[in-house]
Amino acid sequence: MPPAADFRAQLEALRPYLLRYASLQLRDAAAAEDAVQEALLAALAGEAGFAGRANLRTWVTGILKHKIVDAIRRQAREPRLPDAPEEALDDFDALFRRNGHWAERPAGWGDPDGALEQSQFLRALEACLERLPARTARVFMMREHLGHETAEICKELAITPTHCWVMLYRARMTLRECLQQTWFGK
Amino acid sequence: MMGLISCKETTRLVSQGLDRELAFGERVALRVHLVICLGCRRAGSQMRFLRKAVRELAEIDLNTNA
Repeated sequence: MPPAADFRAQLEALRPYLLRYASLQLRDAAAAEDAVQEALLAALAGEAGFAGRANLRTWVTGILKHKIVDAIRRQAREPRLPDAPEEALDDFDALFRRNGHWAERPAGWGDPDGALEQSQFLRALEACLERLPARTARVFMMREHLGHETAEICKELAITPTHCWVMLYRARMTLRECLQQTWFGK
Repeated sequence: MMGLISCKETTRLVSQGLDRELAFGERVALRVHLVICLGCRRAGSQMRFLRKAVRELAEIDLNTNA
């Protein structure tokens, strides 16, 4: 195990990454910084728990995930902000014709798994996630990244399952379009 | 039972199928539509790819250019 000062320096070097990771999910700079700070403190206090594990970043990210969920719970208890106008219903009128069929058939993405190996693609994905409305992004990240069940998300955020499904649908359709434009269609 | 459904309705069901168990009638309507609609098949596999990509987000090096 490295000396304590060394361990601290290694943790500190992860801070920029952790901040971006938290911001992507919390959409609130102050809340993201708090969560990262708590995670780093917990990591320092729990150095022994890291002993023998291969990857410091993976371990700290695991701690940070819990802090993010705590932050989401705290925010949900605060008085509800009205949905921003950008989060008003958008039924993808541009994507579908009046009869509900594609205005333009989605293009194929070939074998997209190869993109996962490219850091440029992950940049593009992050940029698309940042463009989602905040609440939609949060629900999407809780479901797809943190892997929570819809029922848990509804409870944490005090929304109905139907609302939850609508937001997830919108997030997926919007991200599809965004990646088509910024990556796969290029 | 649901009869023939549109692409809009199909993509909605494909998305919900990632979050809840669809009813029998929904599954049938979905399958019938997907057989004949390339656009919806593509949209569906792209939604599944998104799940995979976002799930791996923390595993992959996000800070290469940070």
